[in-house]
Amino acid sequence: MDAHASSSRARDSFVPRTLLLSGEDVHRAVRRMAHEVVERVRDIDSLVVLGLQTGGVDFGESLADALAEITTSGVARGTLDVSFYRDDVAQRPFINSAASSVPVDLSDRLVLLVDDVLFTGRTIRSALNALGDFGRPRAVQLAVMVDRGHRELPIRPDYVGKNLPTSLSEEIVATVEGVWIGTRSDS
Amino acid sequence: MITSIRGRNLLTLDGLTPAAILEILDTAELFVEVNQRTIKKVPALKGRVVASLFFEESTRTRLSFETAAKRLSADVLSLAVASSSVKKGESLRDTIATIDALGIDAVVMRHQSSGAAHQLSGYVPHVRVINAGDGLHQHPTQGLLDAFTVRQVLAERVHAKGSETGRELFTGLHVLIVGDIRHSRVARSDIAAYSALGAEVRIAAPGTLLPASLDDWPVSVVEDFDEALEWADVVGVLRLQRERGTGSFVPSLSEFTETYGLTTERARRLRRSAIIMHPGPMNRGVEIDSGVADLPSAVIERQVSNGVPIRMATLYLSVTGSPEETR
Repeated sequence: MDAHASSSRARDSFVPRTLLLSGEDVHRAVRRMAHEVVERVRDIDSLVVLGLQTGGVDFGESLADALAEITTSGVARGTLDVSFYRDDVAQRPFINSAASSVPVDLSDRLVLLVDDVLFTGRTIRSALNALGDFGRPRAVQLAVMVDRGHRELPIRPDYVGKNLPTSLSEEIVATVEGVWIGTRSDS
Repeated sequence: MITSIRGRNLLTLDGLTPAAILEILDTAELFVEVNQRTIKKVPALKGRVVASLFFEESTRTRLSFETAAKRLSADVLSLAVASSSVKKGESLRDTIATIDALGIDAVVMRHQSSGAAHQLSGYVPHVRVINAGDGLHQHPTQGLLDAFTVRQVLAERVHAKGSETGRELFTGLHVLIVGDIRHSRVARSDIAAYSALGAEVRIAAPGTLLPASLDDWPVSVVEDFDEALEWADVVGVLRLQRERGTGSFVPSLSEFTETYGLTTERARRLRRSAIIMHPGPMNRGVEIDSGVADLPSAVIERQVSNGVPIRMATLYLSVTGSPEETR
């Protein structure tokens, strides 16, 4: 469909060089993070897992699934779109967005934000601003599949699937099927 | 052809590709979610200034645009033309120069003259111009919100999100537009939107209310209105524009109602699934019977509420995007 042809533009220009983590590795990392969450979070009932649109949605789902399995209870989950909260709209290619779906009032809940790759930290800053419009969470934690460094803001993750120091010319793509490092074809 | 309105003016729907129209509809769908929140506001246009210039009276379009701008956190400069220097004879060029001097990012304008928005965009090339209706020419956001509403209703019937269906639901859709086509900028924008997305559009009107030439229009004129009602999936009823002297184009209002009004009796010919639309404000009892306007298949209020997300999408794409991104 023509409307969606552009949504994968960012990924289309990605030229993978090396597969760093297989789908199985990713799956194991997600399970390990789930165990860490259970260890650190006392009242798991107040937890809401929010995957960031669009790269963090699948990870949010699998992390919530893993948590549900470990705790044998339902885990509240949803998605958060931060495109309208970004401060760098003019500086970066237009991002196609998808709707937020926050199933519960976030007041007094523990929100676990989930994203694929943590880079400059600007997406997370936008997400923190966006959360404010859905209530006042008791606390917010962050889980990312890959931390590639190069932070531009004082933001750190609470749970990391894999630390991958990268150079700025490199590009990381992380999905539940695997993590690749490569370059951008148009740069 | 324009493939996206990112960083561009929205003066007309003519010349927009289906992809450009779908991009606006899909973005509007995201803003529907924002409009359902307790806090109906996002900071996308924070610090930007949107001027609203309405040289013609309007309730819903003006309120809808200003609400849209405010929900994007833009500051809104609203010029009340009736109490401004325009009344002292100031020209459009000088008015916009004055407003531009205050520093604006976008201007939303309604004007009684066709082409006014285009002219305005020439005066302030660094400002994004959104046409909110110019004379008999175009009312682009109305065309967009009508297409959006139709897609929303049809998508709900198949339990899908509009954006998942793309333009699929418009393929071969039968759209009938009836009434004062000649004086209607809504009709021109509707026809552009529906036909770009792949619908088949027919129009019904007394000869005097058809435009002088239909050569470039992707429509056919129906001979028998009653028969066409049985054909239609969507019926767009237009307002009889008495302020534009439409009264003198028909022998009498009651004769118009008799021949081209969507009366209760006539509405019985419609398929049960047919969607009834009206851009408002309605002349109940003239072009549409009160009972018909209140039928469950009439989506007139939904059209109004969809105005806000469509206008948010238009402002967002036009003001924050840059044309280089679109290639």
